[in-house]
Amino acid sequence: MTRPPVEFRDVAAGRALQARLERAMSRATRPITLMHVCGSHEQAIARYGLRSRFPGNLQIQMGPGCPVCVTDAPEIDACVALAQCGVRVLTYGDMLRVPGSALSLDDARAAGARVELIYAATQCVEIARATTEPIVFFATGFETTAVATASVLLSDPPANLFVLSAHKWVPAAMEVVASSPDTKIEGYLAAGHAATITGYGIFESFVAKHGKPVVVAGFEPLDILSGLVLLVKQVLEGKAAVVNAFARCVSRDGNVRAQDALFRVFRHTDGDWRGIAHVARGDLRLRDEFAAHDATLRFADELATATPPALRANLAECRCGAIMTGLQSPTDCPLFGKQCRPEAPVGACMVSTEGACRIWHDHGAAAAGISR
Amino acid sequence: MRSLIESIFLAGVNDAEALAMGDGAAILLGDRWLVLTTDAHVVAPVFFPGGDIGRLAVSGVVNDLAMMGACDPLALTSSVIVEEGFPLDSLRRIQASMVATCSEAGTRIVTGDTKVMRRGELDGVVLSTSGVGLTHRVVRDSGLCVGDDILVTGTIGDHGLAVLSARNDLGLDGDLRSDVAPLNSLIRAALTAAGDALHAMKDPTRGGVISALSEMADKAGVAILLDQASLPISAPARAAAELLGIDPLAVANEGKALLGVHPSVTSATLAALRAHPLGRDAACIGRVRAGVRGTLMLDTGFGTRRLLERDGDPLPRIC
Repeated sequence: MTRPPVEFRDVAAGRALQARLERAMSRATRPITLMHVCGSHEQAIARYGLRSRFPGNLQIQMGPGCPVCVTDAPEIDACVALAQCGVRVLTYGDMLRVPGSALSLDDARAAGARVELIYAATQCVEIARATTEPIVFFATGFETTAVATASVLLSDPPANLFVLSAHKWVPAAMEVVASSPDTKIEGYLAAGHAATITGYGIFESFVAKHGKPVVVAGFEPLDILSGLVLLVKQVLEGKAAVVNAFARCVSRDGNVRAQDALFRVFRHTDGDWRGIAHVARGDLRLRDEFAAHDATLRFADELATATPPALRANLAECRCGAIMTGLQSPTDCPLFGKQCRPEAPVGACMVSTEGACRIWHDHGAAAAGISR
Repeated sequence: MRSLIESIFLAGVNDAEALAMGDGAAILLGDRWLVLTTDAHVVAPVFFPGGDIGRLAVSGVVNDLAMMGACDPLALTSSVIVEEGFPLDSLRRIQASMVATCSEAGTRIVTGDTKVMRRGELDGVVLSTSGVGLTHRVVRDSGLCVGDDILVTGTIGDHGLAVLSARNDLGLDGDLRSDVAPLNSLIRAALTAAGDALHAMKDPTRGGVISALSEMADKAGVAILLDQASLPISAPARAAAELLGIDPLAVANEGKALLGVHPSVTSATLAALRAHPLGRDAACIGRVRAGVRGTLMLDTGFGTRRLLERDGDPLPRIC
């Protein structure tokens, strides 16, 4: 039996960083609110109980960093409609229970639709090769998983494989949050794995425009704590710069080959993100060169004639949007843990293990030192 | 599952033994207790790294008996329901595995039943096994006391992660294997070392360590604080769990037990467990505290968080 790689989980080093954060915040003359823009950050914060030792005057809000959560109901509805037409649909596990306007893919599956889980985009190719019937890959996620979809489409995929893209582009959503007149966010912890693709240079124009610091951080407890120390330092000193605290993976230019693949296959379009409304250039959709594999074209008739689903009750009370833009916390929602639970989610944030509500629910909000 | 049992199968029942909702029942027979347990088994795939449904079915009842203190199972029964067309070779392999596991546990199958269902009416094969054993002292899963140490007999999460990986053909190479095994001789050693200071036992099967310890804490009206640094998790299980975004504490084990012991016998019990081949990685992972009933907390070293039971199957995450 071996222990995990301990260097980024070293408790003594973590305690030292916690003490530095505490000392820095004791000099602050006002409460400071920061935002992380990644479900995996919240997951690590919850998993290691970090929130229970954050200084009382430091608020860490969750941003629109869960790819499952921001997938909009009409995007789910389109996929459900195809599945209900009898089309074989493949998708990632945590998309299954995400509620559409009326049904989730799991509901459709329970009613007899063919919806299958995959773990990697490459599995779609194997599945499509083994049959002649059309296969639809419901492709979701940020630039990280979009690159995987792109590489499949660039590797001579079988003609019966079609992609229904709901891929999204994180930096666009940070722009929406920073531009909101209500925002109290004074600094951003950017997602390390997305920055592995894009490079940290992409945040330089954001910092120049909004005058708020950005620190790129990884997902081990020491990554997050050191990222927060660096952010707080900048805020207290009135500085705003991009700092890379995840240098073991992220460079200024990022993974240029991955970016090249991504933009050979996808183009930016404006689109709606669940709970956040319209995000300019926030969606990634297939370029015309890949029209032969575009599910929205191949199944245009089916999608056009699908009956628009009736809205579920409760949906109006769901606070996912305010939670994902950092205006509210999961425990502020009247449905949290009551009508909205992981096995019967109302909002998308309760579905994915990356979702803020799901994380707070699974890891016990009260015990995590959360008292707002 | 628990609410299904309570609302349907325990509706109108007023038998204290049944209402205890243990994995087995104990009936006083002269100066000894007859311990009785039954289990139904389905698993996909039927053969998985480290075991198969036959080994699972025998180990399941042997372990349920051992958890109540009956470490010498007198005899087992076995019912097999098989789908028409299920390969006979597979059936032979399952039967051979059941015989071998019985021999390992020092017991035998003395009666059984076989049914064949039409194709499509059942997915492959279902096994149902029952077992009986005798003991002078019944150990319950409700016996935890404030101050008790919580011991686990070995690494956590291997079975659930191995089966999940095999079921989905994840191609995770390495040594990820189910821990499925009969634990009666290991538990006998622990009981000999700890005596009456062994207060409670449970095997963390479905729902894993989180579910088992939450239930134990709830039944005893206590809270439990686990220490993350002490949790024994094998490198392959840890790697698979991190890759899939699944908590090893929330997946099934089929060859592990959780013990609540008075701290005065902790080191003797650990020594006895570690001297047994199935207990080499045994560890003290936490302590019983007074606190909100049924609360399970984890001290990560960076802070503390609550561990909660999950509903349904864990689903792998997207990125």
